[in-house]
Amino acid sequence: MNPLTGYLLVAALLFAIGLAGALTRRNAILVLIGIELMLNAANLNLIAFWRYGPHPEALTGMMFAIFSIAVAAAEAAVGLGLVISIHRHAHTTDLDQMNRMKG
Amino acid sequence: MQETISFIPQLAASAIARELWLIPAVPIVASGVIALLKQPKRKTASTLAIGSLAFSLLLALIAFAHVLSGWTNGHAVRETVNFTWIQVGSSHVDLGWVLDPLSAVMLVMVTFVGLLIFIYSTGYMAHDENYTRFFCFLSLFAGAMLGVVIANSLLLLFMGWELVGLTSYLLIGFWYFKPAAAAAAKKAFLTTRVGDVFFLLGIVWLFSQTGTLLFYNSGAGSMEPTALTGLLAQPAAWGLTAAGAIGLLIFAGAAGKSGQFPLHVWLPDAMEGPTPVSALIHAATMVAAGVYLIARVYPLMQAGALAGGTTTALTVVTWVGAFTAVFAALIAVAQNDIKRILAYSTVSQLGYMMAGLGMGGVAVGMFHLITHAFFKALLFMGAGSVIHGCHEEQDVRKMGGLKSDMPVTFLTYAIGMLALCGFPLLFSGFWSKDGILEAAQHFSLSKVPFYMLVFGALLTAFYMTRQMSYVFFGVNRGAKNAHESPRSMTMPLAILAFFAIALGVIGTPAWPWFRGFLDGHAVPFDLAGFREPGLLALMLTSSVVVFLGLGIGWALYGSKSPAAAEPDVLERAVPPIWVALRDRLYVDEFYGVTVIAFYGWWARVADWLDRRVWGGIVSLVAFIFGLWAKLNRFLDSNVVDGTFDKGCEELSTGGGLLARIQSGRVQTYLRLLALAVIALAVILFWSSRA
Amino acid sequence: MSLVFYLLAGLSVAGALAAVLLKNTVHCALALTVAFAGVALLFLELDAQFAGFAQILIYIGAVAILVVFAILLTRGSETPKDTVYGHNPLIGLIAAAGIFAVLGWAVLHSAAALPHAAASPAAVPTVTVMDIGNALMGRYVLPLEIVALLLTAALIGAVIVAMHEKEGAR
Repeated sequence: MNPLTGYLLVAALLFAIGLAGALTRRNAILVLIGIELMLNAANLNLIAFWRYGPHPEALTGMMFAIFSIAVAAAEAAVGLGLVISIHRHAHTTDLDQMNRMKG
Repeated sequence: MQETISFIPQLAASAIARELWLIPAVPIVASGVIALLKQPKRKTASTLAIGSLAFSLLLALIAFAHVLSGWTNGHAVRETVNFTWIQVGSSHVDLGWVLDPLSAVMLVMVTFVGLLIFIYSTGYMAHDENYTRFFCFLSLFAGAMLGVVIANSLLLLFMGWELVGLTSYLLIGFWYFKPAAAAAAKKAFLTTRVGDVFFLLGIVWLFSQTGTLLFYNSGAGSMEPTALTGLLAQPAAWGLTAAGAIGLLIFAGAAGKSGQFPLHVWLPDAMEGPTPVSALIHAATMVAAGVYLIARVYPLMQAGALAGGTTTALTVVTWVGAFTAVFAALIAVAQNDIKRILAYSTVSQLGYMMAGLGMGGVAVGMFHLITHAFFKALLFMGAGSVIHGCHEEQDVRKMGGLKSDMPVTFLTYAIGMLALCGFPLLFSGFWSKDGILEAAQHFSLSKVPFYMLVFGALLTAFYMTRQMSYVFFGVNRGAKNAHESPRSMTMPLAILAFFAIALGVIGTPAWPWFRGFLDGHAVPFDLAGFREPGLLALMLTSSVVVFLGLGIGWALYGSKSPAAAEPDVLERAVPPIWVALRDRLYVDEFYGVTVIAFYGWWARVADWLDRRVWGGIVSLVAFIFGLWAKLNRFLDSNVVDGTFDKGCEELSTGGGLLARIQSGRVQTYLRLLALAVIALAVILFWSSRA
Repeated sequence: MSLVFYLLAGLSVAGALAAVLLKNTVHCALALTVAFAGVALLFLELDAQFAGFAQILIYIGAVAILVVFAILLTRGSETPKDTVYGHNPLIGLIAAAGIFAVLGWAVLHSAAALPHAAASPAAVPTVTVMDIGNALMGRYVLPLEIVALLLTAALIGAVIVAMHEKEGAR
């Protein structure tokens, strides 16, 4: 197994763990934590491909990863703001209780 | 027999021949108009009827004059106007009318006698409330009879024939509220129907063999030599040729209409109708239609006869006629109803006519038909006058001594009676009956018809004398204040009486004008005609017979004036014979036991079949349909609806199941997303690998 | 594969597992930080120094702190009464496992198609910050501006969303 494969597998594992957390935990914030993990896994993928792919001097992977980090940060901010707002409204962050869209 | 005649075919019909159709058409149209009139319009109705028939008489006289002028100029007239009525592929059915001496003579007789009777009816039916209806039917009858007379096609004749039968039914049953009248009308219709069935068979057979129903059609008609030789070549059953068989079938129809034995039973019962009806239809015209029919198809009846010989068909006609003549005369002896005596007398005289046709030819039979029409109509109308005068009394035993109360009626009735008896020399009946007796004398097959007819003449004189003495002579046993009839009734009587005498002139052997006219050859007045061998002896014989009959009758009944309740002289003498004769020789009873009983049985069988079998089948079909409907309903509600309902339930449940996906929870949606991504990825990888 | 890689990989995975499995939400946030650190180190191992430091700065320095703040503000430090897992967590696990299986399978089966069998250390890219800056301002200037816009919007949005409302449901 070459290094690239290893990195990719690690990234896949991280992604799966993040997904599992996002899908199973009750707390809304933990869903966001899961999402952050998934984004990290994606960044890892990008950097790994940049490093072991053709033309690393084009900096494509690196740029992509940097932008991804920036966007992730923005998204985390907004998402957590939303969670706080919802908490203020419903006094809970329990996702199981947020089924107003049921039907 | 007579020599065969050939008529020169006319290339173009004369004006009167072309318009001959008006003669029947106008009375029929008048009848239709009268039918639309309301009951109170009596005067209008009778005027219309009389006017239309007078118009027909006028045209008939013109036609007669035309034929007469042709005859005088030496060429025989037979003009036909034919047209195609139905065309089916290559075969076609033609209709048409003919103007020849036979039809011309009949036209004049029918219209003239008819007109007199119409006028008579205005007086006779004056107190009847259904006056308008009467003239409607009378007019219809006149039109139909005239249609029969002018018909050149057997089919057209048959149409007129049926229409005549219909009007006879309507007129016999004119007083339909009388059960006896309704029954008599039905009997008349059904009995003539029996004859008509055979008639129709004959027509169909003739059409199938010759391809045409026209009598004369410039050589192509069914009465013309080509067709007749074809018919003679065809053998039928029992040694007959097709010609003979068809002739017999047609005679069956004529026998029904003209009251020959055994289809005579309706005629006496038909006296239930008003007396003008009896006079017109059942004396002068309708019953004569049968005789006229035989005269019309005479070439067919005569086909195949060797010179001086006769055919099977004509032999049958002769025997039936002779038998009927004697049979009916016997029954007439013992009747007590004034009209019934005359009815049986009519049947007897029709037998004479048929015998005359069979043995002597067209002219012999037709001459007696013409003379009989006049004096029988006269007798019936006289009887009507008597009935009217005696206030609707019809039993002769309750009349008597009317010769002083009703002189005109008595005189005219006497003239008619003497003509009927054949009183020598003066009266037409003598000459016409003698023509028949002469033909009978020369009949090659047998002399028995001759003796029968002579015996019949004796009986005729006898029963007419009996009737006269009962009605006019002796003491008045019933009607106390009998009065003479009004002028409208006695005038026609007088006119007919005149003709009852005068018509004899055209039939004497010295000047056989009638025969010559019909046959189409000139006739000089020649007293040498009397010198034919055996003729004078025959005239003497018949005169003796007549006097004998008159004498016996007068001796038994004449001056004695029997009381009403007393039994008849002959009844006391030979009770069983008298009773048998009075009860009409049990012919009706025989029919009742055989034909009618069978019919009743068959009707019951048919009813049982109808109710049980056909009705059962129908009920069964209905039941099956009911079952089918129930099955359908079951299927519909359980299977179809059930399936549908179940399907909807499933759909609903499925929808409910699917709705659970929409939990409202984000994580559920995310999970679904993840699963979908997995599935998509798998599919993509799989397809890229492949 | 070098030992460093395995260590760092293990660290990241352990941190991620902890972040997802722990009951106390604050512990989860802290474990997340460890996971972020592990990933940053992996970046460094991959010679992506700028990305690694950016990861540390932004993720650990901002995002993780933000998460902790959010937890504290929503009383997530309290231990929940019943289980921490939502209703029917099995499906989630299955989904995650499925994703991992698919990805893993894809990676392993395409290993042969990779252009280099083993990336040679000789091909270590020399990437300087200047190169990155040039790229940002040159080739990637448009995405840069857009991200700037995005960040501004996010900032404003987050403030608005999280702000106390004057009236309404409270």
